[in-house]
Amino acid sequence: MKNLFSTSIGKKFAMAISAIFLMIFLLQHFIINITSVFSEDIFNMLSHFMGTNFLVQFILQPILIAGVLFHFIMGFYLEIQNRKAAKYEYQKEKGSANSTWMSRNMITSGLVILAFLVLHFIDFWVPEMNHKYIEFLPEDPNRYFKHLVHKFENPLRVAMYCLAFVLLALHLLHGFTSSLRSMGTNKRYVASAKTAGIIYSIGIPLGFCVIAIFHYLNQ
Amino acid sequence: MKLKLKIWRQKNSESKGKIIDYDIENISPDMSFLEMLDVLNADLISKDEDPVSFDHDCREGICGSCSLFINGQAHGPDRLVTTCQLHMRKFKDGDTIYIEPFRAKAFPVIKDLVVDRSAFDRIQHAGGYISVNTSGNTQDANSIPINKDDADSAFDAATCIGCGACVAACKNSSAMLFVGAKVSQYSLLPQGQTEASRRVVNMVNQMDLEGFGNCSNTGACEVECPKGISLDNIARMNRELLKASVKK
Repeated sequence: MKNLFSTSIGKKFAMAISAIFLMIFLLQHFIINITSVFSEDIFNMLSHFMGTNFLVQFILQPILIAGVLFHFIMGFYLEIQNRKAAKYEYQKEKGSANSTWMSRNMITSGLVILAFLVLHFIDFWVPEMNHKYIEFLPEDPNRYFKHLVHKFENPLRVAMYCLAFVLLALHLLHGFTSSLRSMGTNKRYVASAKTAGIIYSIGIPLGFCVIAIFHYLNQ
Repeated sequence: MKLKLKIWRQKNSESKGKIIDYDIENISPDMSFLEMLDVLNADLISKDEDPVSFDHDCREGICGSCSLFINGQAHGPDRLVTTCQLHMRKFKDGDTIYIEPFRAKAFPVIKDLVVDRSAFDRIQHAGGYISVNTSGNTQDANSIPINKDDADSAFDAATCIGCGACVAACKNSSAMLFVGAKVSQYSLLPQGQTEASRRVVNMVNQMDLEGFGNCSNTGACEVECPKGISLDNIARMNRELLKASVKK
């Protein structure tokens, strides 16, 4: 397999694998977060489990961070390579005649998602790491819901989150089927996965928007 | 019809080109796009000016020579046609038409609208063939039963004329639709399967060496392809390369 990853197709394959891994993580993240709309206790219980379980904290979390970093770094690397290959610009180009905006602007939506992730890490991940591994504060299993609600007090933050989710939806709308094609998936399966992809790509970001707006309105 | 043409003029591969404006009159809507350029060139020659260089050969959509980027689209605004099959009735009287060469680092401009597409030839040479014993004992191809769906898909892939519209339309200048079509054409048939692994590895390596970009599945190539080559051929090539890598 060594030679595979030195080819352009191999790099796209690796990109697709990381994308699918991140989509699975996103689904899991959404399932936990949506419980906050229905039940404070269930959300606290699940968050406490995720925040204290050894496997999640010391095995899955580093894999996830590596996956996120790999996806962004490989995305930038491929973008630079593509720009080099297409170094001459047309005087007149009608991209909209043959492709969708989201397929042509994956790097733009990706950059917005990256900016969002920085904000999201500052909001949730950094305080969490600080709480557990720097200040070694005592664990309160009921602190998670309060922290979540507190973050959505600010309408500007809610608006920023929702904007990022719109870009995430656009990114996923192309990325879902694109990753399947990059992995060489047979056309029969790509066609059946298309509807599931649209439901996932719109449903998950929309659900995250609902969570942010719900907690803002329920202050 | 009276038209304003904005044509990319470039003296040679070394010089820096630019768009030059030309006004042209008495164009019939029944003319082909290349005939319209013939009229322009006749006019330029009569004025002792350098005619516009452009590639053409069969003028019936088979050879893949014509390669113009017209008003922001490879082979112009019509679907499933090459530039030579594009007719002036697709434009309106008074229109301004941008005419540019196919753009890619791997397709350097030779002069005006003529680009060097020999990168495609080198990819073909790397594996786009089957090794056949032609000593007189060649087996009749019809004696090998082939699934109809596979035969149809192989034929569809084989209709690629290698014009380069896929590269020109792709924002990444990727050649994967071309290579995918050539790989599929053989890998779907028993005659091509024996060398399938070596073929896909060699062709993909050559494609990367030529400096084409990566496929991001925008689908622009499929839309602009005059032969309607499907994106499924790219997925099949990806699959073939994965299989070849696992086999190694």
